[in-house]
Amino acid sequence: MEHWILTIVIFLPLVGAISILLREDRNQSDIAWAALGWSLLTLVAAIWTVFLFLGTDAASHGGFALEQTVSWIGKTDSTSSLLGRLKISYHVGVDGISLALLLLTSLLSPIAIAASFSGIRARLREYYALLLILQTAMSGVFCSLDLLLFYVFFEFTLIPLYFIIGIWGGPLRQKAAMKFFVYTLSGSVLTFTGIVYLVYYLHSRQPAGSVITFDLPQLYQLAHECGIPASLQWWLFVAFAAGFAVKVPLFPLHTWLPLAHTEAPTAGSVILAGILLKLGTYGFLRLSIPLLSEAARQLAPTMAVLAIMGILYGALTAWVQTDVKKLVAYSSVSHLGFCILGMFSLKMAGLSGSVLYMVNHGLSTGALFLMVGMIYERYHTRQIDAIGGLARPMPWLAFFLIFFTLSSIGLPGLNGFVGEFLVLFGTALSPTTYDGFPVGQLGFSYAAVAAIGIILGAVYMLWMCQRVLFGPLKEPPRTPDLSATRSKDLNRREIAILVPIAMACLWIGLVPRSLQNSIEPSIRTNIMQASMGNSAGEDNSCPDLSDSDCDSISIDLNSGADQ
Amino acid sequence: METQFKILGILILMAPLVSAILSAMLGRPLLRSRTHWMVIIGVGLSFVCSLLMFGLLNPDVSSPVITIYDWIATGATQNLQTQFSVNFHIDSLTTVMLVTVTLVSLLVIIYSRDYMRHEHQPDRGYERFFAFLSLFVFSMCTLVLAGNFLLLYLGWEAVGLCSYLLIGFYYPKPEAAAAAKKAFLVNRVGDLGFGLGILLIYLRCGHLDYDYVFGPGLIQLKGYETAVALLLFCGAVGKSAQLPLHVWLPDAMEGPTPVSALIHAATMVTAGVYMVARCGAIFARSEPAMMVVATTGAVTAIFAATIALAQYDLKRILAYSTISQLGYMFLGLGVFAADAAVFHLFTHAFFKALLFLGAGSVMHAMGGIIDLRQLGGLRKFLPWTFVTFVIGSAALAGLPPFAGFYSKDLILVQAINTAPVLGWMAVATAVVTAFYTFRILFLAFCGPTRVPMEVRPHESGIWMLIPMFVLSLGALGAGFLFQHRFSEYLHLVQERFASLHHERFSHEFVAVMSTVLTALGIGMAFIFYIQRPNWADRTRVLAGPIYTLLQRKYYVDELYDLLFVRPLRYLGRICFGVDCYVVDGMIWLVTGIPRLIGWTLRTLQKGALQGYGLTMALGLGILLLFVWFTQP
Repeated sequence: MEHWILTIVIFLPLVGAISILLREDRNQSDIAWAALGWSLLTLVAAIWTVFLFLGTDAASHGGFALEQTVSWIGKTDSTSSLLGRLKISYHVGVDGISLALLLLTSLLSPIAIAASFSGIRARLREYYALLLILQTAMSGVFCSLDLLLFYVFFEFTLIPLYFIIGIWGGPLRQKAAMKFFVYTLSGSVLTFTGIVYLVYYLHSRQPAGSVITFDLPQLYQLAHECGIPASLQWWLFVAFAAGFAVKVPLFPLHTWLPLAHTEAPTAGSVILAGILLKLGTYGFLRLSIPLLSEAARQLAPTMAVLAIMGILYGALTAWVQTDVKKLVAYSSVSHLGFCILGMFSLKMAGLSGSVLYMVNHGLSTGALFLMVGMIYERYHTRQIDAIGGLARPMPWLAFFLIFFTLSSIGLPGLNGFVGEFLVLFGTALSPTTYDGFPVGQLGFSYAAVAAIGIILGAVYMLWMCQRVLFGPLKEPPRTPDLSATRSKDLNRREIAILVPIAMACLWIGLVPRSLQNSIEPSIRTNIMQASMGNSAGEDNSCPDLSDSDCDSISIDLNSGADQ
Repeated sequence: METQFKILGILILMAPLVSAILSAMLGRPLLRSRTHWMVIIGVGLSFVCSLLMFGLLNPDVSSPVITIYDWIATGATQNLQTQFSVNFHIDSLTTVMLVTVTLVSLLVIIYSRDYMRHEHQPDRGYERFFAFLSLFVFSMCTLVLAGNFLLLYLGWEAVGLCSYLLIGFYYPKPEAAAAAKKAFLVNRVGDLGFGLGILLIYLRCGHLDYDYVFGPGLIQLKGYETAVALLLFCGAVGKSAQLPLHVWLPDAMEGPTPVSALIHAATMVTAGVYMVARCGAIFARSEPAMMVVATTGAVTAIFAATIALAQYDLKRILAYSTISQLGYMFLGLGVFAADAAVFHLFTHAFFKALLFLGAGSVMHAMGGIIDLRQLGGLRKFLPWTFVTFVIGSAALAGLPPFAGFYSKDLILVQAINTAPVLGWMAVATAVVTAFYTFRILFLAFCGPTRVPMEVRPHESGIWMLIPMFVLSLGALGAGFLFQHRFSEYLHLVQERFASLHHERFSHEFVAVMSTVLTALGIGMAFIFYIQRPNWADRTRVLAGPIYTLLQRKYYVDELYDLLFVRPLRYLGRICFGVDCYVVDGMIWLVTGIPRLIGWTLRTLQKGALQGYGLTMALGLGILLLFVWFTQP
């Protein structure tokens, strides 16, 4: 069955971008409102997608749903030529994992647009069009079920963001944009090489004349049937990791991030931290772990050590920052470490925790970047030393900053805790056979060391809160251009931006089951069973059950003999 | 029965939560100076429900578990709990804690109505104060009602959050903001252990419900009891401000006095005691863990009591006294006298809250002055406060028939008979306690009038006095009335109580001895501060370095700063430096390779004829040589 809904969600922002670019006569506020309108329309479509998805089998049993396939490259009729055997299609579909991230994208994009109303003053048409194009690219990544399509969307996210940072950014914007672009591009070129080689290898193991497929579900099947040798898996894993690890960013490939974040405009930072970093973790989850399961298992300790180093290193570095935005940027390095750690526990708890962590980090860090932007718009500075005691004149700002700080440091009852807790659980549970998944390589000691990062997380965030919000009021000296806005509390637009994120944080914190219910079956079928084949799950199950299985089999044999 | 408990449990939690939300939302625009009513009604309802639950519960039947809803799923399928729910575990310990917590909260909130009156102005946060207090009651009740470790952890962190928010209530004051942060972070250090302990329990048992862990799960925990118990105890050490994580509690006195009374004396800080008592089944299975608990308690008790001797800040003395009394409770827990420990928790809630409210009354009368050197002879101005303060001091010092005597005595008997060294340390602490308690009383209320000129002391109003009277009744009678019923009611785990209990020292002997010693301490305080005031100064000079050591609180804060804060900060700087130069430098080095190649190639073709000529000649030469050598 063909579903158009995902195509609509992906390309609606693009249509909006084109319509904004084509109309030159609009005044400035109309452009902004039009962009917000398109993006909200997409949000409605995304919510509709959720309802459609919940109505399908995939919601409870895993697998992909709402798929649409249109042939793209390669003729279907002839198999003689190479081009004829090539099968690349526009194949989109979602499971619980990608739906969660798609929803996050659709929620954060209108928020990022609304947050730009006051900050962006020049070249509005281009700016909002680029933001909308970026949304298309990001939604596309999460919905693609064809490797080439995935890669195209994955790379395409770079271009709008490059311009957003490079044109509307801070004083070092050119350098930041360049660094961001070169860094991520050089990584993902290696990823592309890996993708091509993987497809080529899997094809070469097929009988002659079969199609060269880039289709992800088919590749899962092929990878399992052919059994890629471990040494090759290892190389492919490294090639994939080159692109994804830069995006995450995994220590020590993170140095583009602080610069890009500090120079990007607020909306750019929100999108970058909220969604773009998740492309890396999503890539690991969608490609590396299921396709290269053996390498993932073998390299799990390496990845986990890098992740833990990132957690501690990012936290310590964040603590000594003098710029609020840089502090939040380094906190991302620390947080994404948890994400990778949970993922490479290769356990259900860790994997679902990792997916939740992606969403949570998008919400709370996105909100923190928004708030930093709000402070910057008032004082034109982000130096922690220059401001202080803002809680007295701005109670709303104080409320939200403390709220999102608490969400970020994992206070139980808010969203951050659920992800953090499940990640640590998964990591500690890793060497067990409890949940039917094969044994992972991590263990309690990994969890214990990573947990130190939780303390450090509280250290730098509360330190920042104390300096910025509490104590006697301290403001930078009055200058003519910022006397109007200084020490004014959040206005209605700003509160309206933050409230939906806060609601989402509370919702995930109190009822995480609602998300987990659709994430877990997807992990079971699309990540774990894809990597093990459909029967492997039972081989590694608990010994307690195998006895009873044997019994039932022997009974069957007896009854057969009787007849 | 179960539905009744379910409804009561939900009411106990929801009443303060709803009143917190409502007073936060309606406080400023609608209720203004009447915000307290909202919270009094909410917490009052919670108190009534707690009493009902107390009345309905039959302590002899096994405790019901009530599930409200499923919270977090772990995705496990076999042998493990697949989801953690929000559920209640209601037994005698729960109800005792609930009644204590809600009663003291109610009284403190009534007291705050007048005490916080000067916060009425629009931006001073009258409604914020009551909203936070109400949120605290919700969190504390969650902690107590929780039926599994995860919900316990939620309550545990939530009370920590409320404590953070309330310590920082006067946030424009830098000390208050710093103290709030310190409290949260020190607690986080303890919570790291607590969280890992919970993780370990789950790893071994596959369950986090109390019912399972303290039942069939104990067998699965075999061999890990000590590790689990010690990790859990880390959390208790942080929350209950025991050595070495006690540093946050004295600083927490930066918060408003009712907060100190409620959160940092009567309820939240006792959460650690509650948790260890709750997990008694695990702790009791590990001899070393019990030893650690008892030793930590005894050492903290005397450590904090001696610091209290040399302080002048009224509230800080009381804070050190709280640390010391919590030490007693842990000593009790560690020597298998969990019922005595919880009994002491119960009586301590009354008399320590009373003393703090008395201190608040003094501050109220004196316009915020709290330094003992500036106080004196207040008896004349604050007669009622004086009477209640005497009752509270007598109960803290442990004079019969006041409440503290009975509970402390139970702990002392058990401690002396099972762990003599720790027991005698506790006895010594009792003397010190009596001394510093009455030092406050004599310095502040007796002797010549010492009041700054501009201050006109006045007795507090009826809203503040009534809660103090009620608490005085508790400090007077709670020990005598409940001394025998308490342990029968509680049924805490004390499997090895009987075997360890060979009475070398009888109950009567310990009671008489501790009374005599307490009287001795009071007498010394009387001589030092009433009869011969110059002796105190002389001793201070004589004691010299020891006095300074005590006054500087054994330099623990400085030590931690030197050991942890600075090194970590330096490490952070180093990391940042590494980030900017080494990591980033390596990246630029890698990008330098293509640049270098480009540069080399570029120099070859920059348009100079000599260069081309030279290259051409060289190329030709190489080619000729190649031909020459490859000739057959």
